[in-house]
Amino acid sequence: MSVAARGARVRRGALSGTGPGLVLLALLPLAFLAVFFLLPVGGMLLRGLAPDGALDLSGFAEGLSGRRIQRVIGLTLAQALIASAISVLLGVPVAYALYRLRFPGRGLLRAMVVMPFVMPTVVVGVAFRTLLSEGGPLGSLGLDGTWAAIIAGLVFFNISVVVRTVGAAWEGLDTRAEESAASLGATPLEVLRTITLPSLLPAILSAASVVFLFCATAFGVVLTMGGLKYGTVETEIYLQTAHFLDLRTAAVLSVVQLIVVLALLALVARLRARSEHPQRRIGASAAARRPRRGDWPALAVTAAVAAYVLAPVSSLVIRSLHRDGRWTLANYRALGTTGDGNALLVPVWEALRNSFAIAVDATLIALVLGLVVAIIVSRHPRAPLARRGQAFFDSAFMLPLGVSAVTVGFGFLITLNHPPLDLRSSSILVPIAQATVALPLVVRTLAPVLRSIDDRLRQAAMVLGASPWRALLTVDLPTVWRPLLAAAGFAMAVSLGEFGATAFLARPDMPTLPVVVFRLIGRPGGDNFGMAMAASVVLTVVTVAIMGLVERLRISAVGTF
Amino acid sequence: MSKHLVATAAALTTTLAVAACSVGGGSGDGSSSASTGAASESGSASPTTGGEIALVTHDSWNADKELLAAFTKQTGVTVKVAASGDAGEVTNKLVLAKDAPTGDVVFGIDNTFASRAAEAGILEPYAARLPQGADAHVLDGEAGKVLTPIDYGDVCVNVDKAWFAAKNKTAPTTLNDLVKPEYKDLFVTPGAATSSPGMAFLLATIGNYGEDGWEDYWHSLKSNGVKLTSGWTDAYSVDFSGGEGKGPRPIVLSYSTSPAFTVPEGGGGSTTEALLDTCFRQVEYAGVIKGAKNPSGAKAFIDFMLGKDFQAALPDSMYMYPVDSSAKLPAEWTKWAKTSPKPIEVSPEDIAKNRTTWLKQWADVTSG
Repeated sequence: MSVAARGARVRRGALSGTGPGLVLLALLPLAFLAVFFLLPVGGMLLRGLAPDGALDLSGFAEGLSGRRIQRVIGLTLAQALIASAISVLLGVPVAYALYRLRFPGRGLLRAMVVMPFVMPTVVVGVAFRTLLSEGGPLGSLGLDGTWAAIIAGLVFFNISVVVRTVGAAWEGLDTRAEESAASLGATPLEVLRTITLPSLLPAILSAASVVFLFCATAFGVVLTMGGLKYGTVETEIYLQTAHFLDLRTAAVLSVVQLIVVLALLALVARLRARSEHPQRRIGASAAARRPRRGDWPALAVTAAVAAYVLAPVSSLVIRSLHRDGRWTLANYRALGTTGDGNALLVPVWEALRNSFAIAVDATLIALVLGLVVAIIVSRHPRAPLARRGQAFFDSAFMLPLGVSAVTVGFGFLITLNHPPLDLRSSSILVPIAQATVALPLVVRTLAPVLRSIDDRLRQAAMVLGASPWRALLTVDLPTVWRPLLAAAGFAMAVSLGEFGATAFLARPDMPTLPVVVFRLIGRPGGDNFGMAMAASVVLTVVTVAIMGLVERLRISAVGTF
Repeated sequence: MSKHLVATAAALTTTLAVAACSVGGGSGDGSSSASTGAASESGSASPTTGGEIALVTHDSWNADKELLAAFTKQTGVTVKVAASGDAGEVTNKLVLAKDAPTGDVVFGIDNTFASRAAEAGILEPYAARLPQGADAHVLDGEAGKVLTPIDYGDVCVNVDKAWFAAKNKTAPTTLNDLVKPEYKDLFVTPGAATSSPGMAFLLATIGNYGEDGWEDYWHSLKSNGVKLTSGWTDAYSVDFSGGEGKGPRPIVLSYSTSPAFTVPEGGGGSTTEALLDTCFRQVEYAGVIKGAKNPSGAKAFIDFMLGKDFQAALPDSMYMYPVDSSAKLPAEWTKWAKTSPKPIEVSPEDIAKNRTTWLKQWADVTSG
């Protein structure tokens, strides 16, 4: 830590808001979390571990001694670790190229890298397997159904999380420290190691932990790419709950999942506490420059990642343009219908409209709650108790990512069943569930930026007579504006692409686009299959367009500050 | 200072509430149930009248809006559909939510989950008047009293006739054939633990080879290069040569109705065929949920599902055969989608008792 930063830490805190107001503000997201997460999960665990009212923990000894279960836990950890490591290794250079360099086609590439994140798992599974299966173009690699294929799938889905989270932080990073180091004779590699990466560490850790949680609880990808052979804790919980109704084993596994997640969050919080210090932030346009010769490794990685993302996507596009072996737009024209043999209850366009309406709600909820959480966790309280409370608060909102959607979904069924909370058949649960998934991403995008604001700025504002609210508006908001838009785009993408919880909760007369795609792809008839492909392309294009629009907003917004 | 923050919190809460309304309020309950519910007791002609029913069903539920509208017109009952998961998930959700049921009537519990549903006591007895031919599907014992058969379908091994014709080879016809060397590496099936047709195929092998023989059969299948996928879509659309993906494998596990969907435009026969000696029959049942708010509406809906119109619509809407043997089938079905004359059977009690054990054994054989 630099001398200046240490000085700041000593003085900080006197005026920053940790009073009752902040605590009250914290109640809103806490209540949300309690009702829509802790209650259902707690309900499921109780059913499993105390079916007759008395706690019975013998399930742990039995469940965890099983060889199969041990193997499942080991596989889950290994899979998530490897996939997040690869995602970070590939994602950081891409974040650099796409957020620090300026070159033609950058906007397009930025949008492209996000595509996998929003594509329905089923469809990507089919696209991937089309490439990898025995007869496919990459069939000779023999990857179909292997562990490597699962990892490849996980990286495919999660690389955008790293690119966007790290990119958003990198974009606003002050380059002057790097420049001074360089002018004092440091090689580019030394600058990267001693200046740039340490400043980015909080963002990288944030991204890595989110990706780890996504990978550890991945479901569709794991099943499609590897089947039961490489079952994870998540697939096992699903089987035990939904098929065997063995709630005891499911509860034991859920507790294991919780412990792993909590351990990870504690570790990340500790690492982050050491790496964070205030930084000067600048506008995006000032920092980006044209690529130089030394940038070629980052550009090469970016090109490779782009190709990797494009391969399954283009196989999807090609299949959407085929019917009965001929090129045609028939699949797109069919989107206005309910499919061959009325496979759907509503036309695809109507499902798109539903998706959009739900996404707007989910994004609003996620942004409001996420901003509150980010503001609270980015304060620098002096009292140790307050600081511990803050760390707890921070981790609590990451939990939903690390806990099985099946547990939460079934938990809804058995806990939200009495008025006024009998929401089981209410459609409001859909955006709420999606917002729960998006919330950690919003917090992860905003908090590192808010934390890096020097608290003395807020103090100065208040010394000059500004109310805390006013200080928030004039100090925090201008800095957080761009990441906030990035977060909005991300939340929207999560909502548009979310399938697991949505399929569980959405009503058949108001399906979202991914639900419709899943339904089409599971129907007989080549026409429905083609329609599913076309609908997936539409979903991808719409999401990428929305995120592109948000990016554009960001750029014009920069000028106003 | 806290006053400001309280105001902020209040503003945020309002925003959330507004957000909630734009979806929750927009869709409402899909009906004007509250008013009809109160008024209907006296207003309708039918004795089982009025109100609203919630139908709990699986993902494959599909019924024409007009058909449901006709039901509402007949009985004054509006139908709210809550669908998710497959037959297993539907059953298990009902078991879990037994104390506060989410619906009035359930459709989609199949013969492999029937015993679990009956034993768990989640259903009310109801003896509907059955159409011609439906008797054959009524279950024995307690399950028979609470579950009414609605439709059925056969899960069978399918072959790509065109592929075998082009190679001048004979296609297999029985389960025994699948383990012969000439069919090595040609068969793909969804796994039993992750897919309901996959489970049906496991049951077919158990029914055919018995408790003592099925594991050996799976060992042979495995050494003969069977490919397992997680779901039907993957198997049929990626790996199967007769499907959309034009994959490399000409033998796939699918439905007896699948050949009706591979008839090329401009005539000729179907390019695929279901092997009718390899089939397991799935029968789907409906039942009145115990604790239903509107049991008479639920019963009326079961009667409606057994009625001519609903039965005749089943092939097109849900790809299943109506239990009413007098219902008219689509022309392609009578030609290309025959049912098995002698499906392989396993009793629902045996399935309920052994499902978990079988699946675990199956997982050991196939992933070992």
